[in-house]
Amino acid sequence: MMEPGLYHILFISTALFFIGVFGFFTRRNLITMLMSVELVLNSVNLNFIAFNKYLWPHKLDGLFFSIFVIAIAAAEAAVAIAIIINLYRSHQSIDVENAEEMKF
Amino acid sequence: MLAALTLVSGVLAVTTRQIFRAAIFLLFSLIGIAGLYFWMQYDFVAAVQIVVYVGGITVLIIFSIFLTQQAGDLLPRQKMGRQVFSALAAFCGFALTMLQLYQHTFKATTGQPQLPTVSNIGDRMLGVEENGFALPFEVVSILLLAAMIGCIVIALRSKPIAT
Repeated sequence: MMEPGLYHILFISTALFFIGVFGFFTRRNLITMLMSVELVLNSVNLNFIAFNKYLWPHKLDGLFFSIFVIAIAAAEAAVAIAIIINLYRSHQSIDVENAEEMKF
Repeated sequence: MLAALTLVSGVLAVTTRQIFRAAIFLLFSLIGIAGLYFWMQYDFVAAVQIVVYVGGITVLIIFSIFLTQQAGDLLPRQKMGRQVFSALAAFCGFALTMLQLYQHTFKATTGQPQLPTVSNIGDRMLGVEENGFALPFEVVSILLLAAMIGCIVIALRSKPIAT
């Protein structure tokens, strides 16, 4: 099997990052926006791991960074989904256009 | 192959109009990324990716879709101008980043490689000497605890208001 190079991984992670950015711009539904944010965070993780493997293999710093990013992303997704469900209870909708006022 | 799986399902996840299909495509994209980690021989991160993202976050997203969405209705189609503009912005950013990337050459260090085995990771993760990650580890645990309590508080608060 072909050994992956640094540039391949960087290409994949850049493409994935901008796919996530595109989704974040176009979507107007809070859950799909959350999914786009997950794609962006995953591309950043991929970058950390690739740089750790190909440029600084004598340290494991990138690996720890990506593990912490995964933990923080899990916390963020849980809080976001709690907020979304609460918003749906009060507004019956999770479009960002319908959630204009902060106080309800 | 894995890259194609990841990218194609990523694109489909942000463009499909059925939200449940978007969640399933996101699942495939995350599995592709885990496969890339396996390919780079970072087995521990791949396992963490599968457990946390594929097993945890995707299930959470699917449950929230079930809770908030009527089955089978499509997302409303977006305005064409907005889609074109965002595609243009994303493509410009992508082109700029790739241009910078190919003009830059990375220099690798020549140190003795430290293998990402589980025992190495555990030693570094809880090490309190130099290059140890014990303090960030504890901070992340506090953050997770705070997030959990915050979720419970947010999810509970609307009950007394509604009655």
